[in-house]
Amino acid sequence: MTAAPTRARDTTPAAAAAPSGSASGRSSLDLVLRARELGIVLALAALVAVTAISNPRFLSGQSIRDILLGTAILAVLAVGQAVVVITRNIDLSVGSVLGLSAFAVGTLLQNNPGLPVVVALLIGAAIGGVCGGANGVLVRYGNVPALVVTLGTLYVVRGITYFWAGGQQINADELPQGFLDFGNATLLGIPYLVLIALLVLVVTGLVLRNYRVGRELYAMGSSPQAATLAGISVGRRTIGAFAVSGALAGLAGVLFAARFGTIDAAAGTGYELNVVAAVVVGGVAVFGGSGSVWGAALGALLLTTIGSSLAVLEINQFWQQAIVGGLILLAIGADRLVAARVAASLKRRHGREGGSHVS
Amino acid sequence: MSADTSIASSAGSGAASGPGTSPNGGGVPRGGGAGGIAGRFANWNVAIIAVTLVVMVVASATVDNFGTSQNFGFLVLDLLPIALVALPMTLVIVTGEIDLSVASTLGLSSAVMGSLWNSNQPIETIIPVCLLLGAVLGAINGFFITVLGLPSLAVTIGTLALYRGLAFVVLGDGAVADFPAVYTDWVTGNLAGTSIPNVLLVIVALAVVFGIVLHATPVGRAVFAVGASEQAARFAGVRPGRLKFWLYVVSGAVAGLAGVLWTLRYSSARADNGAGLELAVVAAVLLGGVSIFGGKGALPGVLAGVLLLASLQNALRLSDVSNEALNVVTGVLLIVSVLAPNLANAVRGSVQRRRHRTTTNPL
Repeated sequence: MTAAPTRARDTTPAAAAAPSGSASGRSSLDLVLRARELGIVLALAALVAVTAISNPRFLSGQSIRDILLGTAILAVLAVGQAVVVITRNIDLSVGSVLGLSAFAVGTLLQNNPGLPVVVALLIGAAIGGVCGGANGVLVRYGNVPALVVTLGTLYVVRGITYFWAGGQQINADELPQGFLDFGNATLLGIPYLVLIALLVLVVTGLVLRNYRVGRELYAMGSSPQAATLAGISVGRRTIGAFAVSGALAGLAGVLFAARFGTIDAAAGTGYELNVVAAVVVGGVAVFGGSGSVWGAALGALLLTTIGSSLAVLEINQFWQQAIVGGLILLAIGADRLVAARVAASLKRRHGREGGSHVS
Repeated sequence: MSADTSIASSAGSGAASGPGTSPNGGGVPRGGGAGGIAGRFANWNVAIIAVTLVVMVVASATVDNFGTSQNFGFLVLDLLPIALVALPMTLVIVTGEIDLSVASTLGLSSAVMGSLWNSNQPIETIIPVCLLLGAVLGAINGFFITVLGLPSLAVTIGTLALYRGLAFVVLGDGAVADFPAVYTDWVTGNLAGTSIPNVLLVIVALAVVFGIVLHATPVGRAVFAVGASEQAARFAGVRPGRLKFWLYVVSGAVAGLAGVLWTLRYSSARADNGAGLELAVVAAVLLGGVSIFGGKGALPGVLAGVLLLASLQNALRLSDVSNEALNVVTGVLLIVSVLAPNLANAVRGSVQRRRHRTTTNPL
């Protein structure tokens, strides 16, 4: 721990132990948030180190590529989920939306082999955007909790996909070669899928961080009432957040189709759990108002790496789901602990300054 | 009284029904708003029961084999796990919380049952162990939610994954069969000389117990009070944390029992038994008129919701509609069940607001 510049008044042991120093409340909060993402990075590093020592092939090009491709799909979903969770909502329908989009785009490509990949991506995102928009409208105008609405649409969208697919499966040999190449091709050694995920991550991250619309989403999550009073059009932003989540789930569906080449109506079943896990593990509080898409993407990377590590370490794959569950509990527990410590440190500083805010 | 009202109204949607007001406790109109709400929920209960009866009558008339006594047995067996788990879930949701881990608890109970049976334990010790296991799993949920103060949604999504994962760790993806015929026959059998399934007794017995507890005891009043306003309930001498903790323990134990009965019904212990059941249970409870925001609900409505869901699924299945179509029906029912009261409320609210605005808002 570096010796933070302490104020003269900070002489009590408690104050010396807390590395808040001269920092304002905001920057100590920043430190905590950064520390949370640091925690994921450390966990990730430890996991990779242990696995690599046990089996060096874990760091082979192919293995890393698989992890990155898996992360790319999960991260795109997690970024969308983070946008929704930040507004104090949740979107459980993303796995079903991914399935619908994957099957729709697969069918489209089957019938129009000449379709450019970019158009396929856009159509997938549009399908997802419509599903997400419907979620948003139901949440906004029905005045219903997002949990219930998206639980319902999870069923409905999956059911529609099954109706449509009727047990048939789209195989790789029915998809145009250009699309499959896109799933495998790289640019400067980085798979296209990963580049797309990075693009989504950076754009969403910057918008959330630096633009008014992004800050309004955080404000809504912190206090919907205050956000309304501050003149934020909460309803429109809610619909927008769900539309973004849906669109990204749709985009992820196209990436899924390109990566695996085989699509049936069950594509993405149960993904919602991993996505919520990635977001929660990544430090996005389920009560809204805090967290970042960077954390969510790191969470996605961690979960995907755990999956590969278990295989390499020859641990029963069945442990994976239990570990995901344990991680969720650990992450929200840590989140609570951090919140309590921040609150305590703010209170302490407030007490010391005795109400006279001279700083 | 005025302080009470202001606390309740700060709790948002739980505002209208005061602490301790059991929604089915008679439609005694206590001033405009309260009478309207009480009336509305009485109406919802009546409506859902009526809809259920209509569906059953129509299905009996139009769907071959729906109205037979044999199908009645299947229907009861099909709704058995949903009905059981929905009983404690009703209480949990009325307090304003949720338990999404019930189906995984059922699965883990089933997996442990299979694993113990494989190691030649007598079934008479296995069944209590499974119930106890469920209670412990529920206590873990309760600990995280009430002692650590974590949101129940996140905790039970976590334990949903954790318990299901442990079920697979315990039993892998195999199945254990060959449970004693005495037990499996009892679960699938009928009362001697009748066409009433034995397990209906279990459902009725538990439903009566939960109904009395929720609607006729101080515990039940505390459940409603906590759901309407936790703060107000605390002032009234209720300890919300302790209450919720025990509700989760009961919820887990009942899910454990459901796991045992599920295993005996199919004579097959599998780690994935009951996967996804939590969605159907939540759907049935909300369909039964319980508010997801807490503070409102009644068991007769929930039982009707369970019956409605099961009858629709049964009738559709008999009409050769695929399982996937059932998903759509369940999802739409879930959305409609939460949307309908709110839409009714919105219409009523807009009328009241318009009246209100003319008197209070100078703009």
